[in-house]
Amino acid sequence: MSQPAEMREPILDCRADFPALHQEVNGHPLAYLDSAASAQQPAAVIDAVSSYQREDHANVHRGVHTLSHRATDAYEGARDKLRDFINAARRTEIVLTSGTTESINLVAQSFCRPRLREGDQVLITHLEHHSNIVPWQLVTEQTDTQLVVAPINDHGEVDVDALIDLMTDDVRMLAIGHVSNALGTINPLKRIICEAKKRDIPVLVDGAQGVPHLPIDVQALDCDFYAFSGHKMFGPTGTGVLWGRETLLDAMPPYKGGGDMILEVRFDKTVFNELPYKFEAGTPNIAGVVGLGAAVDYLTSIGMDKVHAHESAVHDYLVAQLADVEGVRLIGTAKRKASVQSFMLDDIHPHDLGTILDHQGVAIRTGHHCAMPVMERFGLPGTARASLGLYNSTDDVDRLIGALEKARQIFA
Amino acid sequence: MSNAAELRDLYRELILDHARAPRNFGKLDAATHDAQGINPLCGDKLHVYLQIDDERIEKLSFEGSGCAISVASASLLTDAILGLSVQAAAEYFETVTARLTQVDPPAPLKDDRLEKLLALEGVRDYPTRVKCATLAWHALNSALQNSATPATTE
Repeated sequence: MSQPAEMREPILDCRADFPALHQEVNGHPLAYLDSAASAQQPAAVIDAVSSYQREDHANVHRGVHTLSHRATDAYEGARDKLRDFINAARRTEIVLTSGTTESINLVAQSFCRPRLREGDQVLITHLEHHSNIVPWQLVTEQTDTQLVVAPINDHGEVDVDALIDLMTDDVRMLAIGHVSNALGTINPLKRIICEAKKRDIPVLVDGAQGVPHLPIDVQALDCDFYAFSGHKMFGPTGTGVLWGRETLLDAMPPYKGGGDMILEVRFDKTVFNELPYKFEAGTPNIAGVVGLGAAVDYLTSIGMDKVHAHESAVHDYLVAQLADVEGVRLIGTAKRKASVQSFMLDDIHPHDLGTILDHQGVAIRTGHHCAMPVMERFGLPGTARASLGLYNSTDDVDRLIGALEKARQIFA
Repeated sequence: MSNAAELRDLYRELILDHARAPRNFGKLDAATHDAQGINPLCGDKLHVYLQIDDERIEKLSFEGSGCAISVASASLLTDAILGLSVQAAAEYFETVTARLTQVDPPAPLKDDRLEKLLALEGVRDYPTRVKCATLAWHALNSALQNSATPATTE
């Protein structure tokens, strides 16, 4: 595989839109290669949150006064934007949560738990993030059912044939990631979901790393639940979405109880609210959701196809440059990947590597990346991980490579 | 201090040497006390073994995997603690961890053994790495108290 030493004109040049990127760290301009952990927010998002707080804030949904209407419009407007962003059929299918983790816990407790019977199984893969493992461990323990894990190969790809073999009559749920946060693998969801549907197995997709990098169409995907986080897609922390098929959400009991998710409360009987509010108890992170709506606007204005094309090109460059560094071992070499490249440099512990890189103003993540089973599979305590967002360029990659050379010198 | 100087201060030759070739590395079969130390944030895992006879640390060793700072710290620890009384070892633990973590650290104990341990103090400029340096010491403390629960730096 031959790669150009330099790239052609970059497809996107968005760095100027992101205030946090314009600073020095340890005397060097920041090269931020940790978007998989959390993405930076564009000024448009920061300003939207800030102006909401300055001008429009009030509690949502039940107020009669003007500010309450403005707050409600902003909040519900974001919901509609999110619906369109992932091509959901209706707004009642967009549940606003605190993030992917809450979304997955919601499905595990509200959808799965009432349904799981003795002998049933929940199926996940070895590639999953802890947030798509532990909720299923909890629910299978609670119901005395079994958690089954499909294997991955040495490239970090799910063994799809093995996964399909594991789709037995006992499987009541398949939970799978869209893109691996540890290894960058893009799972072939079309084929996997198709096989699951043939067997009437409901599918939840952990889309935390899908949404920032790929155009998402939940209707085309044909999954039953799709979960993602705002802060991975250039929005504020503490926000997220659970998309679910209306028929399924309708039949699910509430996950959290409290204000807003009710129509009527009496001590002898309480009537729950309709969708999506049934699953949105308490005052939400209104400002955060407004910011998330602004993030959707920002991404839509660029176009996710363009985001994906730009990132793919930079990712190809990242992989090629890394592979060229003496002593680098790439971890995660799937044929189809997005954003992420994990690696080791000689036998330098990732933690030490991270410190030396930070000293050069390069931010990467080191450790197990909330995917301990993946690390164990590769026999590693952790990896160094560079991950791209739409604001990264080949310059950032060059900075990483330069810093790695320095690390090699120190540990030589 | 310049940035380059800071990094050299953390990864000075002594640290790199001990990280590459840790002293007293391996399991101690005749151990009377032992304890595990885990840094859950980064996966550093160390096991410290002590052979204590008549309140004196006759032998000690450590096993495990971790970053250069954690391994070097453990290695330097075994060099410093060997032959000490249990009481003195406990004092070392207090002083070393205090000097690594506290804003106003106590004065170093006047002891030749501790001179090399000063090499670890570069970690004070790297707050995210302090726990790497103190992990082995927390494990030592656990071992001295014969605690069954793995020590963490939390």
